[in-house]
Amino acid sequence: MAIIRSRLMTTTTNNKEEILIIKEQDVVPLRNRVRDYGVKVGMSILNQTKLITATSELVRNLLKYGGGGKVVIESVSNGRDNGVRVTFIDNGPGIPDITLAMKDGYSTGKSLGLGLPGTKRLVNEFDIKTELGNGTTVTITKWKNG
Amino acid sequence: MERIPILKMGDFLLVTIQVDLYDQLAENLESDLINTINKYSSKGVLIDISAVSIIDSFMGRILGNIAVMSKIMDAQTVVVGMQPAVAITLVELGLSLNGVISALNVEKGMDLLRAKMYNGDNQEQTYDDDNE
Ligand SMILES: Nc1ncnc2c1ncn2[C@@H]1O[C@H](COP(=O)(O)OP(=O)(O)O)[C@@H](O)[C@H]1O
Ligand SMILES: [Mg+2]
Repeated sequence: MAIIRSRLMTTTTNNKEEILIIKEQDVVPLRNRVRDYGVKVGMSILNQTKLITATSELVRNLLKYGGGGKVVIESVSNGRDNGVRVTFIDNGPGIPDITLAMKDGYSTGKSLGLGLPGTKRLVNEFDIKTELGNGTTVTITKWKNG
Repeated sequence: MERIPILKMGDFLLVTIQVDLYDQLAENLESDLINTINKYSSKGVLIDISAVSIIDSFMGRILGNIAVMSKIMDAQTVVVGMQPAVAITLVELGLSLNGVISALNVEKGMDLLRAKMYNGDNQEQTYDDDNE
């Protein structure tokens, strides 16, 4: 089990929902739902756009490499700020080398290899857990003022 | 299958994307545009993305592909109206739309295409896609 954590803080969840992702047609409704959460916490258009773009990248990975899965959207607060946390859970093959997968330009899918590293740049907190044969879970948090 | 309409205006093609992009839709647009440029020997393509609120690495790459492919077919592509938040996000994501010529709005984009066509502006454009 490989774990990469960055700045995990104690947060409270105010609102939460789970969405199943099994096909490409599930992507646009998911992006819209994540946007709703961003709007609700008062996020700027720029931060909403960053969060939704990150969501779009990670849900593509979940479908393409993880064979589908589920996404949990939460509105969270840490006492100082409110934000949106999105968790992408699949039971796919897992990632053999996270360090490599986090590198700009690394792709086993003949695409640009920007999904994981780019997503990390777009959000405030990024956490990835993966286990070979058991799947991958990526959690991102974007704070309203982050 | 959902498709984005392509309008023929003389030597140009005009595409106004009014829905949220997703992978299949972007891929269809790419192949439809290439077929349409070929069919009419179009000289320019104008893609209005002012209503598009998100572009990620996949859709961004397709915009780049369209620019490169049209250039090979002797047509110039201009992308107009990219929202500032989308532009900033693309840069942070790590995608530089090299080779994609952009303009503020449709009118300016049209001016640019006309200038390129009628003023003998045949300046070579370099397209690097470092990630390919
Ligand atoms: N959910 C996942 N399950 C298994 N492998 C994954 C998953 N997400 C990403 N990967 C691996 O990490 C690599 C890098 O992903 P990413 O940065 O999104 O780039 P790209 O999708 O363009 O390949 C992928 O090519 C794939 O090998
Ligand atoms: Mg990806």
